[in-house]
Amino acid sequence: MPELKRHDNRLGIWGWLGGGRWGMERYAYILHRVTGLGILAYFLMHICVTSLRAWGIYLWTGEGAFLDAPVFKVGEFLVFSAFAFHAFNGVRLILVELGFAVGKPIEPVYPYKSSLHVQRPLFLAMMVLAAVFFAAGSYEFWHGLAR
Amino acid sequence: MWENVAEVREVAFHVTRFTPERDVKPRVQTFQVPVRAGMTVLEGLHYIKENLDSSLVWRYSCRMGVCGSCGMLLNGRPGLACNTQIFDIAGTDLTVGPLPNFDVVRDLIPDLVPMFSKHAGLRPHVVREDAADQDDPAGEYFQTPAQLEEFLQFTYCIKCACCMAACPTLATDAGYLGPMPLAQVQRYNVDTRDGGRGERLAAAGAAHGVFRCHYAGECSRVCPKGVDPAKAIQHLKRQLVLDYLHLARRQKPCAKQHGPGKGTRDPQIPASPPRTIGA
Ligand code: SF4
Ligand code: SF4
Ligand code: FES
Repeated sequence: MPELKRHDNRLGIWGWLGGGRWGMERYAYILHRVTGLGILAYFLMHICVTSLRAWGIYLWTGEGAFLDAPVFKVGEFLVFSAFAFHAFNGVRLILVELGFAVGKPIEPVYPYKSSLHVQRPLFLAMMVLAAVFFAAGSYEFWHGLAR
Repeated sequence: MWENVAEVREVAFHVTRFTPERDVKPRVQTFQVPVRAGMTVLEGLHYIKENLDSSLVWRYSCRMGVCGSCGMLLNGRPGLACNTQIFDIAGTDLTVGPLPNFDVVRDLIPDLVPMFSKHAGLRPHVVREDAADQDDPAGEYFQTPAQLEEFLQFTYCIKCACCMAACPTLATDAGYLGPMPLAQVQRYNVDTRDGGRGERLAAAGAAHGVFRCHYAGECSRVCPKGVDPAKAIQHLKRQLVLDYLHLARRQKPCAKQHGPGKGTRDPQIPASPPRTIGA
């Protein structure tokens, strides 16, 4: 019998980036990856920019320096915001992925309670801490800029 | 809550169709299905097949959430057609598609072979050093109820693949072992009768293994049997890390308790009733 053609139904990038009827940990997963990639991109740019010193180019000093342009300030603020989320969510992930805060195996009785419920208070606590850190940092950032 | 049980409401089923002999890619066909309270998606599909289009195909068997055949994407979320009531997830429209992250063979039928191959490759059974005894065990192995509880939850898996379809990691990494096979690694690794831990951990800790999971938790959310594969996977990671740091407690597979007929009856267990057939 000839092989019938199939349809490749792999979701690909939309599978992790896309929305749907998902839970909050799924959105945290998406945001963790996006912020991680953002921070990585910043890190690479940071290395490039500071390396320019080797050629005597300083983009960040002096009156009206290139990196003082508003677009870079906004970018810096985005990096800070990404860091606030990534760091606190990362602490949760380290704990969870080491098997803490997910609970022991239990008898599944309907309606099922999964490890997601067990780690949820930790998740929410970390998000509150991230929000506080973000608020304090934002104040400092924009206030400092206005000074 | 749906008050009037007798009331019938029309629901538009937007069903993914794919006929490999004819279609280049899947298309969506809409059917109007009269739905009563309590009716499952599986019953809705039967209504379509019997009354509207007999060419629609899907997989099912037990129609009671036991065989694991009828996993589908229901309104964008994987679930069993037989234990999902239409009114629980749909008002006037319901989309029904094949489980994603697998090739589609026809209409609502995914090819689950890649999942089963990964599963089989991880030796999902009790492994004993003594191969002859494993094939033909001559006695019981000692295990306490507490030891049983360490893995009992993970034994309820019916291999329906809903977790695999929901996993965002599997969506981009076809080689990732996935929640079902990895949960079964944990199920056998903590079984005190088992001696296959080392081999399974090597596979689970490799490139497309357990550390590709970052706890999106979607597998546990969609699992229709409360297996909680995400929990099993995090415990498995812990095992691997402890092993790496040489901090894991070594445990030898438990010994055989006694051969058949050589044990003594626990007086608290009542004798079995007399045989009614073949006496
Ligand atoms: S873990 Fe749950 S969702 Fe995954 S295959 Fe088993 S029963 Fe299905
Ligand atoms: S917890 Fe891990 S295995 Fe489960 S859906 Fe998320 S990434 Fe996939
Ligand atoms: S038909 Fe068996 S699980 Fe749905």
